[in-house]
Amino acid sequence: MLAFTLRRAIQAIGVMIAVGIISFSMFRFAGDPVNQMVSMDTSGAERAAIRQSLGLDDPVIVQFGRYVANAAQFKFGISYQFRLPVTNLLMERMPATLELAICATIFAMLGGILMGVYSALRRDTLLAHAFQAISLIGISLPTFLIGILLIYLFSVTLGWLPSFGRGDVVHIGWWTTGLLTLSGLKALIMPSITLGLFQMTLIMRLVRAEMLEVMRTDYIRFARARGLTTRAIHFGHALRNTLVPVITVAGLQFGSVIAFAIITETVFQWPGMGLLFVQAVQNVDIPIMAAYLMMVSLIFVTINLVVDILYTIVDPRLRSTVSRAH
Amino acid sequence: MSVRHGLLAMTLASALALAVSPASSQTLRYANQGELKSLDPYTLNESTTHAHLGHVYEGLIELDKDLKVIPALAESWETPEPTRWRFHLRKGVKFHNGDPFTADDVVFSADRVRAQGSNLLTRVPADVKVVKVDDYTVDFILTSPNPILLSGWDTWYIMDKKWAEANNVVAPTPVAATTPSYASLHTNGTGPFMIESHQPGVKTVFKVNPNYWQKPQHNLKEIVFTPIASDATRVAALLSGEVDVIEPVPIQDIQRITSSPNATVLSGPELRTIFIGMDQSRDELLYSSVKGKNPFKDTRVREAFYKAIDVELIKNRVMRGLSTPSALMIAPELYQLSKDFTRPKADPDGAKKLLTEAGYPDGFEVTMDCPNDRYVNDAAICQAVVGMLARIGVKVTLLAQPKAQYFAKVLKPGGYKTSFYMLGWTPGTMDSHNVLHDIMGCRNDPKDPNRGESNLGGYCNKQLDELTDKVLVENDIAKRNQLIKQAYEISIKDWSYIPLHQQALAWGVSKKVKLVQRADNQVLLYWANKQEE
Repeated sequence: MLAFTLRRAIQAIGVMIAVGIISFSMFRFAGDPVNQMVSMDTSGAERAAIRQSLGLDDPVIVQFGRYVANAAQFKFGISYQFRLPVTNLLMERMPATLELAICATIFAMLGGILMGVYSALRRDTLLAHAFQAISLIGISLPTFLIGILLIYLFSVTLGWLPSFGRGDVVHIGWWTTGLLTLSGLKALIMPSITLGLFQMTLIMRLVRAEMLEVMRTDYIRFARARGLTTRAIHFGHALRNTLVPVITVAGLQFGSVIAFAIITETVFQWPGMGLLFVQAVQNVDIPIMAAYLMMVSLIFVTINLVVDILYTIVDPRLRSTVSRAH
Repeated sequence: MSVRHGLLAMTLASALALAVSPASSQTLRYANQGELKSLDPYTLNESTTHAHLGHVYEGLIELDKDLKVIPALAESWETPEPTRWRFHLRKGVKFHNGDPFTADDVVFSADRVRAQGSNLLTRVPADVKVVKVDDYTVDFILTSPNPILLSGWDTWYIMDKKWAEANNVVAPTPVAATTPSYASLHTNGTGPFMIESHQPGVKTVFKVNPNYWQKPQHNLKEIVFTPIASDATRVAALLSGEVDVIEPVPIQDIQRITSSPNATVLSGPELRTIFIGMDQSRDELLYSSVKGKNPFKDTRVREAFYKAIDVELIKNRVMRGLSTPSALMIAPELYQLSKDFTRPKADPDGAKKLLTEAGYPDGFEVTMDCPNDRYVNDAAICQAVVGMLARIGVKVTLLAQPKAQYFAKVLKPGGYKTSFYMLGWTPGTMDSHNVLHDIMGCRNDPKDPNRGESNLGGYCNKQLDELTDKVLVENDIAKRNQLIKQAYEISIKDWSYIPLHQQALAWGVSKKVKLVQRADNQVLLYWANKQEE
């Protein structure tokens, strides 16, 4: 078991290094950061001095080595745009993104499970068909379009919800939260729906399919034969067995919810890490781009590692096969 | 359960707190496409940053609503000799922290703005000596006469010497700072507003300065600035009344805003001139079907290109009427004799004839470089140009890229790698000399390595350079304007560039707000008045 965990951890580190190399080589095509920093009539000598002070003239290998050495110590340098340490900027923006991602996931889980169960149990009702239609919209409409549609309906036309930002936030230590103020809660609604809609439709379809599958199994038939109430059968037995894959998927998807928050955050000017990343790309702010990509890959790798380990704990059969496989 | 109750109670409490707080009718909320990147006034030479910081800091002079120079921290000035400028400073002015403003601060700011790391090095030329005469008099001693010494001084903001020394920010924060600096996160100016809080890229709050030295022309107590990068969201925020002022308004949304009940669009000509340039220096173009020679070296080809492009059509179709076609490479607001020039009419048939005479009866192929996120409808303008040139047989391949990649390719550090390009230029000094020197000057001048730095096509005419040098030192305004005119005439005779237009600037403004729009596109809210609710 220990050997397995170690092997997986080493693989994870390999993935991180690969991501580092790929992202680092991509930055060379992002443009010249110095151009984004100074005005057009800045003289060539001044530009050259800036390039040198940033170490942009060193060979790529040297730049990469320096970058990896710093990253290993969680030093990601100073943002070119803001002249602040990237670590501080990311920490400052992290609560906004995490809060949004958690709310979106909760929305997706609740909505997806309820709609999924309903459309599995009452397959031919009008409402079930309506849910299917909604799920089609959620899967096919791009996020930014959903966001803009919501803004025009609920902010511009009806004036109920704010179109941008986080509202008022409360500071709890270094964490900031919008969950404790009315304007903060209102500001969370539309971005959460926008971000969670795709996951919701995914979960709904999954629950529906699983539920239909489970309802055909023997133990449900036996439960009926035992004379249990429909409610007990549906929710006590069928749903509980449906939830195992749902939780797995939702857990794995949490990483992509954070990563895909980029688009939602841009549409709603949500001051999170995704927005920071988009601004960084536009301004060729390499330190922020690098740190963000490393962080997202770290989240993915960690989630996958944890899931792998949990699987082997839950299912001993996997353990033996995996350890024999290599 | 108790946790939930606690949360509920806190939510209720904050909701109540919101309900009882007084209606803040004099809080102005402003959203811009870009963020405020540094609070150090010498880090970035960029107009949006200058505009933001202009609420907090002030220069010796300022520009009024019509861009005329008026006294600010200097009450008056005179030139006892052509090379000596004497400034009499305003008395009784205090910085936000209470320090008095004196001549020492001016001398200090002159040193700081010229120090290593400043992006505004040329505001005060390096060979100028700044001498304190007494506490409220400062002399600027020049090595040669300079009629445009004051240009750009409206954004050379005066800083507090004592404060800078106390906070270890005597040196300017360089644009490539490797450590954070106090001055890039804090301010201490003499201006009408103070920065109360600043979260870079998220939100900045400006509070009114109660001890301002002159009567405010606004009725605000607070300005809340939020950057909103997404065009649709910025417009939606204005329409829903969540912000009062937005800049810029995308052209396609102007109609929707003007037809809405609670907002309108302020538009006017901007100072930036959009133009097209051609590589006239290489012996063979980098990106063209013509081999062994450079067609743009032939004046007739440049003239043909000029006449093939119909700026009126671009104005009507691409810019939806929001541009001012230009005969010169400078905006009419910045040069008094602009009226003397008229733009030749588009003439595709004449252009075709010229091209035939030059030996290209069937035209040729060339690649055009164009930014797609820098100027208003930039890529669309380039597409229109491609279509117009197709009419005279020139096949243009369009390479429209984001500005980060575009500038890296075409500017000097990238090796001027372009054959045919579109660019926009606002002279930083608000004066023709900058255009003649940076855009039209010959490159590789051994005496002046910065000449022609942004002359991407390498146009060169020594006669023009001689005039440019005379323009620099001529103190007599009328004579100077004539010299500039001669220089522009040479450039036009050579068909050196194809000026297109000055794009329009468009701000979205709530109907509750009265605002002054200045042609340099600086959003200055100290002239804003908001109707009380």
